[in-house]
Amino acid sequence: MSQDFRLDNVGMVNREKKISFKFNGKKYFGFEGDTIASALIANGVHLVGRSFKYHRPRGFFGVGVDEPYAILQLDRNNERDPNIRATEQEIFEGLEVKSVNCWPSVNFDIGAINNFLKMFFPAGFYYKTFMWPPSFWYKIYEPFIRMAAGFGEASIKHDKERYEHKYEYCDLLITGSGPSGLASAYAAAKNGARVILAEDKPRFGGSLLTSDVNIGNQTGVEWTEKIIAELKSMPNVTVKNRSQVFGYYDHNMLVMSERISDHLPKTQKYLPKQRLWYIRANEVLISSGSIERPLVFGNNDTPGVMLSSAAKEYMKVYGVLVGKKPLIFTNNDSGYETAIEFKKNGVNPIILDTRSDPSSDIIAEAKNLNIEIKFSHVVVAAKGYKKVKSADIAKISDDKKKLFNIENIECDCICVSGFWTPSIHLASQSGNKSKFNEKIDAFVPDKSKQQENTIGSANGIFTLEETIKDAFDKGFDVSNKITEKNNKISVPTIVEKKSTDHDKFWCVPLPKGKSYKRFLDFQNDVAVSDIELALREGFRSIEHVKRYTTLGMATDQGKTSNLNGLQLVSDIENKVVPQVGHTTFRPPYTPVSIGAIVGREVGKHSKPTRKSPMHSWHEKNNAVFVDAGVWLRPRYYKQGNEGLFEASKREAKNVRQNVGVCDVTTLGKIDVKGPDAAEFLNRVYTNAWLKLPVGKARYGVMLREDGIVMDDGTTTRISENHYHMTTTTAQAANVLSHLEYYLQLVWPELNVNVVSTTEQWAGAAIAGPNSRKLLMKLFPNLDVSNEGLPFMGYKEADLFGVPAKIYRISFSGELAYEINVESDNGYFMWEKIMEVGKEFQIQPYGTEALSTLRIEMGHVAGSELDGRTIPYDASLEGLVSKKKDFIGKRSLNRSAFTSTDREKLVGVVPIDKTTSIPEGSYIVKDPKAKLPNPKLGHVSASCWSVEYDNPFSLAIIKDGKNMIGQKLFAMSPLKNKTIPVEIVSSHYVDPEGKRVRS
Amino acid sequence: MLYINCPHCGLRSQNEFAYGGDATVKRPELNKEISDQEWDNFVYLRKSPRGKHLELWHHISGCRQWIKVERDTSTHEIFKTYKANEAIE
Repeated sequence: MSQDFRLDNVGMVNREKKISFKFNGKKYFGFEGDTIASALIANGVHLVGRSFKYHRPRGFFGVGVDEPYAILQLDRNNERDPNIRATEQEIFEGLEVKSVNCWPSVNFDIGAINNFLKMFFPAGFYYKTFMWPPSFWYKIYEPFIRMAAGFGEASIKHDKERYEHKYEYCDLLITGSGPSGLASAYAAAKNGARVILAEDKPRFGGSLLTSDVNIGNQTGVEWTEKIIAELKSMPNVTVKNRSQVFGYYDHNMLVMSERISDHLPKTQKYLPKQRLWYIRANEVLISSGSIERPLVFGNNDTPGVMLSSAAKEYMKVYGVLVGKKPLIFTNNDSGYETAIEFKKNGVNPIILDTRSDPSSDIIAEAKNLNIEIKFSHVVVAAKGYKKVKSADIAKISDDKKKLFNIENIECDCICVSGFWTPSIHLASQSGNKSKFNEKIDAFVPDKSKQQENTIGSANGIFTLEETIKDAFDKGFDVSNKITEKNNKISVPTIVEKKSTDHDKFWCVPLPKGKSYKRFLDFQNDVAVSDIELALREGFRSIEHVKRYTTLGMATDQGKTSNLNGLQLVSDIENKVVPQVGHTTFRPPYTPVSIGAIVGREVGKHSKPTRKSPMHSWHEKNNAVFVDAGVWLRPRYYKQGNEGLFEASKREAKNVRQNVGVCDVTTLGKIDVKGPDAAEFLNRVYTNAWLKLPVGKARYGVMLREDGIVMDDGTTTRISENHYHMTTTTAQAANVLSHLEYYLQLVWPELNVNVVSTTEQWAGAAIAGPNSRKLLMKLFPNLDVSNEGLPFMGYKEADLFGVPAKIYRISFSGELAYEINVESDNGYFMWEKIMEVGKEFQIQPYGTEALSTLRIEMGHVAGSELDGRTIPYDASLEGLVSKKKDFIGKRSLNRSAFTSTDREKLVGVVPIDKTTSIPEGSYIVKDPKAKLPNPKLGHVSASCWSVEYDNPFSLAIIKDGKNMIGQKLFAMSPLKNKTIPVEIVSSHYVDPEGKRVRS
Repeated sequence: MLYINCPHCGLRSQNEFAYGGDATVKRPELNKEISDQEWDNFVYLRKSPRGKHLELWHHISGCRQWIKVERDTSTHEIFKTYKANEAIE
């Protein structure tokens, strides 16, 4: 298709490079540098979507971030990307986009029937329609609303694109490269400040790209190019295009999303799609510019009605005509600039000016060019359904209340200008309370809240000379504060056309007998009548009106609708806008993709993965791994066709019969050193620690101040003032913080130092009746007899030339030892143990067998010490000292903790000795009792006892010890199981603890 | 994201720290007889002031020191930071 609306030799797109792309399956051509919007308009395409509520035809309204209409769905590298603004997405070879909110097609959309069912979609229809009968909700209303809601569809596939995060610091961040941004960046950079200049568009310059001005004898475009080139050459400046600063957070932290390869046909392997910058800036200059305000009239949402500044930019930047019979509807001089541009390109516009007799340089120029101007005229309504075909225009009375001489004139586009709204979003996000500026009928930032200043038109300054002067000053001032340098740049001479005051009129009254929809919010289909209705129904607060009508709640966040909405509310309420106030601006300023927010923290990258030094051995020997905190631990070692159940049973059995070895590197290890170490441990643990001799280990339990068990583990006295503490894998980090808290804040007088040594040591637990025989071979020169190395003993020895620490401690309940060597020697140790252990039938065992062994021994672990149990609940009363004080002791007196029906640890065996009890089951007296069935407690851990070859579980139940021998029921509503059980002692195997001491 | 001046390391972003609650709470001395009420106050009761608040932060991904931060809970303004054992002005 030919580009009928493309101008020759105008614009900044690269005519040398023709690019093809598909829109709704049809192929179009554009040039490199085009956006989807400019390329489609060049091809005469104006119908790109359907509106959210009424499914009215949608075209293009703006040319940038403010676009409320042209939201498309993009297909790229077989990935779907919803919520793409056609005015921002640049075209590339092979791009495919399609319309949203329409079915079966944008041209023929069934949903457009909503336009005729308007009476069912008044303001607040969410709260009124779809209510009755209630039975309709699930099957009819909800599916209908779900189908209708949203803009496009997100892909449910894994996003293969790469997103990155970057942290950056600077003296000065400048958000926008229009005249004020460029001038302040230049002034600050020349004065030695580290500057980041961010521009959301591909091209720098902002309004300088389209305005007819002269700066230091250069055009706006030439001056922009010169400044940007110089800034780019400076080492203290970072200049970024396609980068939107979208959020202003606490302590001058701003977040910017950079679109790195969204405009490229295919991403290179290591080139990210987008990058999120976290920028901590000493100072911020907000130069985000302003957005043109629409004028409101009948059917002002018809495709072909657009902002006059957008029409001008399509001409000047893209060389594209938005229409060949343009009508310019304006209340200020900006519309004239657009008209002059049309005229220069051989198109005859008609200007309708709401003012009766304005005069200025620009108006004079338009008159000189013989442009037809109708003063005191308004557009009453646009005509045409899928594209503007004509307009009803009228003369308006001086009080702007009456319309005369309504006539219809032909046109193919209506360019509207209702003056300018400063983009104060970032300033407002920083906490800056805005103030209303009567002169421009808009809010501007008030006093700085954080280290921020707003410059240029974002601050309500609309002449170039004042903008650049102010920006040079501000750029110098903030840089001077930081660098204390005094290199001041002189302000260039500026030539611009003078303009005159705008008209405060913005909303055309309805002619008698007509009920045209006059839209305020173009994305959420909120019309003047909706606001009127909301106010009639009693909504007063602007925040309520907003939520009830959804004004400004769409993805464009009301960039074009906000102020007109406020104006309307104040008009109806007979107030002024500042009395009504405005709604809160929240980040993000523009939609940000979830991918960019997540960055590289996806899947396995979302947290670190720690592996023990023996990890590769486990891999080679068919280990199946499980996440244990941040660690990967072998769950079991698969042999043949074994599953988890068979393998763990085999491994556990081998520990009970022969000897097994388990990788316990992951246990938390903390070195506790200092002359007061014993006293410190005595306060931290519930049991006594002052008399532990050197070379001995002790099991200890520590509480939180509220009396709940925090962690348990063994601690060994290595030398007089040196203890080696172990914690559970999961609690290692918390315990270290806990110890540091008490040492630094509560008892700073204690001379103790703690440091994590978890990753310094590799650990192997050797357990089983053959473990001593194995140890004798591993350490031939060491006396490992029961007398030489008794239970809870500690020795240092040499393992084939490697220094090793041997702790005689046991989690499995068997005769057992834990050997620690420096991490680098871990693999060597493990291989030696396996090699020497062969003759004793050694097998490695994983966490599943480890659990089986501890459960049937009645040793508690995380599932019992679950943040709800005190030592008495977990059969740990023997460890609670009556004599000394310790962390959390005072809480143990609380009545809830001493009550007799407190839930306590017991063992549970199914009566049939075959049915496994699901973990989490409730223990109840009567399975047929009325619901909710009174619960005695719950099953905390289950295993298949290898000692007795039947299922065994631990449970925490009311009045635990006195329930032993009772026949009760374990119920699992989740698994739909009710199992008759008998309560037994939690010490199911070797209750006297003979084995560990053998 | 807050910018916290660690008295040991200098200005660091909030994500290096863990929050530790009210810094004015004093743990009752060991072995001292105290009422249930006093103990409950220490374990459970915390004020939630709007405005200035002296609070603990643990520089967990930095020097691992517990520090005290005087912060406005409604504006996030940080007035001063102290070492654990420093006298509070």
